[in-house]
Amino acid sequence: MNQPSSRVRPFIAVAAVALALVLQASVFPHVAWHGIVPNLCLLVVVGAALTINAPAAMVLGFVAGVALDLAPPADHVAGRWALALTVVAFLAARVRQDVKPTAAAVVGTVAAASFIGTSIFALTGLVLGDSASVPDLLEVIAVAVLWDVLLTPLVLPPLMALFGRLDPQLAAA
Amino acid sequence: MGGLGGGGPVSGRERRWRGMDRLDSRNRPPRSLLVALVLASVSLITLDFHSSADSPVEPARRVMGEAFGPIQTATATVVRPFTSIPSWLRSRDSLSEEIRDLEAENSELKSKVATAGLDQNRLEEFDGLTQAAESLGQALVPARVVAYGSSQSFSNTVTIDAGSNAGLGPDMTVINNDGLVGRVLRVTRSTATVLLITDTESIVGGRVGSSLEIGFVHGNGSLADDELDLKLVDGSVIPAKHDTVVTWGSSQGPYQPGVPVGRVTDVYTSLRESSQRAVVVPFVNFSALDVVGVMVPSGTASDRAVIEADGALR
Repeated sequence: MNQPSSRVRPFIAVAAVALALVLQASVFPHVAWHGIVPNLCLLVVVGAALTINAPAAMVLGFVAGVALDLAPPADHVAGRWALALTVVAFLAARVRQDVKPTAAAVVGTVAAASFIGTSIFALTGLVLGDSASVPDLLEVIAVAVLWDVLLTPLVLPPLMALFGRLDPQLAAA
Repeated sequence: MGGLGGGGPVSGRERRWRGMDRLDSRNRPPRSLLVALVLASVSLITLDFHSSADSPVEPARRVMGEAFGPIQTATATVVRPFTSIPSWLRSRDSLSEEIRDLEAENSELKSKVATAGLDQNRLEEFDGLTQAAESLGQALVPARVVAYGSSQSFSNTVTIDAGSNAGLGPDMTVINNDGLVGRVLRVTRSTATVLLITDTESIVGGRVGSSLEIGFVHGNGSLADDELDLKLVDGSVIPAKHDTVVTWGSSQGPYQPGVPVGRVTDVYTSLRESSQRAVVVPFVNFSALDVVGVMVPSGTASDRAVIEADGALR
């Protein structure tokens, strides 16, 4: 294993998260439905959890969540997306098998991850006293899951190929 | 980003374990790391929740803003020509529909002109009372919206491409040519985060145009349609339909006085709270925000052209 590539790996993963964050905040709002955009950061985290080793994917989930919590337009209590995406990374790594996942398995994992991640974020909001109504929460969660599933065929294959090259031994398994 | 630095050694160790038990190589995520990261998230939430104004997270937000602000501005500049394409590709149908709409609007305006005398009186009275003259001491810094908060985060905030270099600071009023947009929450050197008045945390002091009654305009964060709730301080006064609501404001506070907010469309009487609740439809179309102006004190040093109160560019 050559040393420079292992040092560069975290940076490539973080760059993927940063790119997702910028697209999510500046490009996708133009095609958003009622302001609900595809959660690209969540897709990056799921892609990582399905490809690279579990601890690194969970740390990436946490980092992506903190970035979503702190990057400019965000104004909610920090740590909520960090919690949601950490759990998402854990669960996605948990359901992953050693064989290469089929397309249906990836789509299913993304749908479950999107549902769980957005729900955790919404529930922490209810606990902290955000005054969004429950029907609105459910509507947002449903549309968010739909968006994420729609983008999965476009986003997940290149992402998993990227992470697979970052971590060749595990991707080969 | 220090968190991922710790990921390197962890991944290395994990690989060695896998090498040892190749036969049972299920890639099980470690529970201890889950507990550690969840605790980290929860402590972050606690830190940020209990001290909202002087939160220890605020410097981190600022650093992220300094880093992402210019990228968002650049991305928005690249994307802007493409988002305007749909308006070029309009069919004859949509154009004739537009003519119909404009004709309807024209006749509506004509009927308004007929009753303008009454409105004129109201306007003069109102102007005097809200000391709109004070707002003449304000200049506008033009800016464009470069990033939008997603609805998944249940908050209505946007980033604009002007920051402290352009003379902006927290609590400044943000408007566009239709009316009140929101207020500045925090600034970085080149960008600022704006809380829209539709956010559930937004409360604007409002004044009803015809009766001059004061009240509070709450955002309700609803997705489908931009609607605001107006609660009057005096519970016995019933706001009239189609009344205009403007900011009540103060020159020190977050909202400058006399900025139009929206129009009253429905009035409900709440028996339980013995108060009036009115639904206000804002003048601003929040789903199509682009060019906005930030009200700054006249004579503020800025890195761009500032529109002074008399309309001059400086």
